[in-house]
Amino acid sequence: MTMTKIEAIIQTSKLEAVKEALHEIGVEGMTVLEVRGHGRQKGHTEVYRGREYTVDLIPKIKIEIVLADDIVERSVQAIVTAARTGKIGDGKIFITHVDDAIRIRNDERGESAL
Amino acid sequence: MAVIEKLNEAVYASEGKLFGFQSVSRYGAELNLMAKHPIRLLTVPLLVLILSSSVLFAQTAPASASSPEQRIAALEQQAADAKSSADNAWMLVSSALVLMMTGPGLALFYGGLVRKKNVLATMMQSFAMMAVITVVWAVVGFSIAFGAGNSFFGGLHHLFLNRVGLFPDPDYAATIPLQTFMVYQLMFAIITPALITGAFAERMKFSAMLLFLILWSLLVYDPMAHMVWGKGGLLNASLGGRFPTLDFAGGTVVHVSSGVSALVCALYLGKRVGYPKLPMPPHSVVLSFIGACLLWVGWFGFNAGSALASGGLATSAFVATHFGAAAAVVGWSLAEWLRNGKPSALGAISGCVAGLVAITPAAGFVGPRAALVIGFVAGAFCYWMVTKVKSLFGYDDSLDAFGVHGAGGTIGALLTGVFAKSVINPIFKDASGKALPSGVLEGNAHQLLNQAVGVVIAWVLAIVGTLVILKVVDLLIGLRVSEEQETQGLDLSQHGEEGYYWDTPA
Repeated sequence: MTMTKIEAIIQTSKLEAVKEALHEIGVEGMTVLEVRGHGRQKGHTEVYRGREYTVDLIPKIKIEIVLADDIVERSVQAIVTAARTGKIGDGKIFITHVDDAIRIRNDERGESAL
Repeated sequence: MAVIEKLNEAVYASEGKLFGFQSVSRYGAELNLMAKHPIRLLTVPLLVLILSSSVLFAQTAPASASSPEQRIAALEQQAADAKSSADNAWMLVSSALVLMMTGPGLALFYGGLVRKKNVLATMMQSFAMMAVITVVWAVVGFSIAFGAGNSFFGGLHHLFLNRVGLFPDPDYAATIPLQTFMVYQLMFAIITPALITGAFAERMKFSAMLLFLILWSLLVYDPMAHMVWGKGGLLNASLGGRFPTLDFAGGTVVHVSSGVSALVCALYLGKRVGYPKLPMPPHSVVLSFIGACLLWVGWFGFNAGSALASGGLATSAFVATHFGAAAAVVGWSLAEWLRNGKPSALGAISGCVAGLVAITPAAGFVGPRAALVIGFVAGAFCYWMVTKVKSLFGYDDSLDAFGVHGAGGTIGALLTGVFAKSVINPIFKDASGKALPSGVLEGNAHQLLNQAVGVVIAWVLAIVGTLVILKVVDLLIGLRVSEEQETQGLDLSQHGEEGYYWDTPA
């Protein structure tokens, strides 16, 4: 069995919903980062003393999880269902292959380290 | 034993009236408990007798028959003492309030407006003034500003605060010690150069800033203060200056001088690296908000304290100050709401400061309704200066020291000439002591001209003085940090610190 990494960039307001959805299907390990970026979503303008500032790097949440292949598709569906609003800015999911995983506490390798 | 008890009662009754007396009486009470011993029986009454007799003689008039004249004189002295106490208490509080305006008021206000990498350096500039200007003032500043001299400078009688003691100087304030007056004025001398730092924020060397502002304080502020408030000053309205300029708390002395100097600095030093293309929004409007509120409260000391007494004029100035600030918030916010669709927090607090600046020269000369008008006009006017005019000319007055202080001070000074009323403050009197009209609306059209003269002199002194000092300091040690230091941020490059150490792991 090989391992897969899911990187999901989602709206900041959807973090709780996505976490719950993943917990419900039994996925427990994850890494959460606060990031900024944009795809096609436009930013907004702020005005300070008459000067306009365009904020086009929008705050997002990135979730990284490494899973055994057999639960990847279910996890993707869970994320998509929880994170979707139907508007531009909902985010993206990227899937990559992971060569190995090691548990630092006891040297376990491979899937048992997940 | 009854005698001892009676004396002990006398001790407790007069407790605290003599310095250190409380501890003595308690010791006496303890001794009394061991009164069985004959020698101890004597020490307490003796001690009590000696001390309480001096208390009794200090507090009351001689027991011998005093004439009505003597008693009236004693009463008059007590009344004068009471007034002095009230005035001095208010003036000491006002001095503290004005110092608070610099730190943390201005430090926070400016600190929040700059980028995170420059927050400490910006606050440090204000704080440095609190320390350095105090020393300069004590050595020679006070003497130049308030010593008797000619129309432009005081003399050196008060070098090292010579003859600045606890007796009043009636030319300035008859009911408070000269030292109170000196320390109150010191707080103004501190905040004025601190205001200029807003113009060259984020790009000036700390050493150059120190040298520049010390020289500026001596060569621009002190003469300006002397001309408007000092004995023999050219513009002094209350001491017979040739062009009496009505400036109650420092519209020209503090705000026009610093604001115009700020503009000169901004033009001379040039724009920040990346300005105006690179976004440089305030890193914490929250800090600026807190600073602005401290400025508003502190300004009561700045304006109402300029009455130099705690009576009705202080009340009038207090009320005018508050109304001016409030109306200016409305003026600026309304203008912004109409132009941008949203009233911002930064706009509201900027409006507040603009109003306070504009009401500063007027505070003790105008009534509450005029204060509302002055505040509202200043709020809208400064909004226009900061948004339209600044972008039109393209100068990088980073924190709008000119747009708010220079412009607000100028318009405030002119409006003071319009709205001043002798019924509030009879500053001009004829030979028989009758009050003459103060402002234009009251019938003294000439006053607007005098105000203009004062403003022009402030502008000229600020421009010429600042240019010369900038050039000298630039030649000696250079004014700006290097581009690399500016990009790195002044906190690190000038002070070796970071303002917020939040992102590093435990």
